[in-house]
Amino acid sequence: MSLSGYDTSGACKGCVSAGIPDTVTGSRDETVLEVRNFSKIYGPSCPSCLESTGPRHNTSVCPKCGSTVACAGVSLTIHRGEILGLVGESGSGKSTLVRCLYFDDEASGGEAYLAGYGDGRANILTAGAQQKRHIRNHLMGMVYQNPHLGLKMYFTCGGNIAEKLLAAGFCHVGRIREKAGELLRRTEIPPERLDDLPAKFSGGMQQRVQIAKALANDPPLLLLDEVTTGLDVSVQARVLDLIRSLQRELQSAVVVVSHDLGVIRLLAGRTAVMKNGRVVEAGLTDQILEDPQHPYTQLLVSSQL
Amino acid sequence: MRSYNFAFIDENAKREIRRKILKAVAVPGYQVPFGSRELPIARGWGTGGLQLTFALIGPEDVLKVIDQGCDGSVNAVNLRNLVVKTTGVRTTYETGEASIIQTRHRIPEEPLGAEQILVLQVPFPDALRAVEASESRTREMHSEMDYHSMWVYLYEDIVRWGEVTIGFRYPVLVNGRYIMDPSPIPRWDVPRLNMAENLFLFGAGREKRIYAVPPHTAVTPLEFQDHPFRVEDFGGQACCRCGSTDTFLNEMVDTATDRKIFFCSDTAFCDRRLEVGKKGETRCP
Repeated sequence: MSLSGYDTSGACKGCVSAGIPDTVTGSRDETVLEVRNFSKIYGPSCPSCLESTGPRHNTSVCPKCGSTVACAGVSLTIHRGEILGLVGESGSGKSTLVRCLYFDDEASGGEAYLAGYGDGRANILTAGAQQKRHIRNHLMGMVYQNPHLGLKMYFTCGGNIAEKLLAAGFCHVGRIREKAGELLRRTEIPPERLDDLPAKFSGGMQQRVQIAKALANDPPLLLLDEVTTGLDVSVQARVLDLIRSLQRELQSAVVVVSHDLGVIRLLAGRTAVMKNGRVVEAGLTDQILEDPQHPYTQLLVSSQL
Repeated sequence: MRSYNFAFIDENAKREIRRKILKAVAVPGYQVPFGSRELPIARGWGTGGLQLTFALIGPEDVLKVIDQGCDGSVNAVNLRNLVVKTTGVRTTYETGEASIIQTRHRIPEEPLGAEQILVLQVPFPDALRAVEASESRTREMHSEMDYHSMWVYLYEDIVRWGEVTIGFRYPVLVNGRYIMDPSPIPRWDVPRLNMAENLFLFGAGREKRIYAVPPHTAVTPLEFQDHPFRVEDFGGQACCRCGSTDTFLNEMVDTATDRKIFFCSDTAFCDRRLEVGKKGETRCP
């Protein structure tokens, strides 16, 4: 049973393009997600918000109106089968970007185009609520740092996975359970725990259930927000292994958000470094880690243990 | 009773309720908010249904009021008395004779005709309340047809108990659009809502909502392909009074013999069968 929702014959395997983030690289049909000039501002916002915040001023808070510029002018492109790392300190806007892309939060400006929605030519950030729900349920998977955000603890493990399948129109209990069992097997959870509550699971297992849920509809785009942050090191390694092997198998496009350069080094082919809501450097992960150009990236890399 | 307006509530209130009824009929299954009025009975005791009846009733109407299928229970009698005192309309126990039937928790066994209106009293108008506590969230869910949490609820029920355990208030999908709470009718009555000849009106006085199922509207209970909806099964039991095996039966223990006995919940239907000579086989207390 293939979990991949689309033909992978023309897939760009492990596609790594070194293009700077604000240019579109690769042909359109390979692009899964394209973000252009994305911004998210919390607060009233004023005309001088953008020019008085950012890494140059070392702040995200506008001195004039007090708004927080969580993201501004962020442009990214992600291709099929590619893992893009988003790295940066706490408050640099990386989680905000991912949360807005998953519609947990509303973007203030910019555009995002997703293959599979409106021919990749319709801005998903301005879609209607019903369409956004459709996109979430059919075209995206999300794994949160805190399993409590991604799972309903009072539903069984199978019920949580079923939620996504039901949203996609599955209407047969037997088939839902079959598929949920298959997903659990893939995420290394004993299938007999299908009807247990995730509240009874360990942190690593909860994270794997979240991954199973995120993969339920074979989404072309997977968003991982600090998935391993709360886990101990040995469990971290297994979850990362799992993500890597599933991603290789399914050829999904993945955005990995982490403040941990180790995670980024292990998973991401391409990386964007964020600071104060701006992308300060982007390119091949190896290049960034070996030869960081921006002072902040240099600091980040040199402070690695 | 000249000290009251005809049908107790004032004409402006009736007008509002009639407008809301029209809206409810126009959007089957959608809960229309309305300004629920004070009545001489407590909210939660049938005030929603009563206001619908008051707004609809005219001097020519014939009224039947039932509570759990029975014309003679305290709640039914008191509501009927109030309507009669304030309108002077004729009442009946005969389902076929009534033009307006106000009911709590049952739909009469006898199929209703196009000239009849069934008014149901509703305690909890939102079927999604079982899965979402917030009213503003459930409104959003209805508007976006975001019903998968209801489906997960049913899925969990099947996983835990082998079948859907909802006995009454079984959620239904109306006209392929809105999930609706059919009020606490047993599952037995749910299929009667589908493609019926008559208009069903639902009134929740405490929760201030009116909704409707117009005639010839598709009403389907939520079900999985491999776990189809099914009505109550009485295991071949028959009504001890009239011997009926194809009506919704109430269960009671006969204190004289300590044995379970069953009888029709719809007393008017049972009486009609007795009149034509039908008889039960077991002893009725």
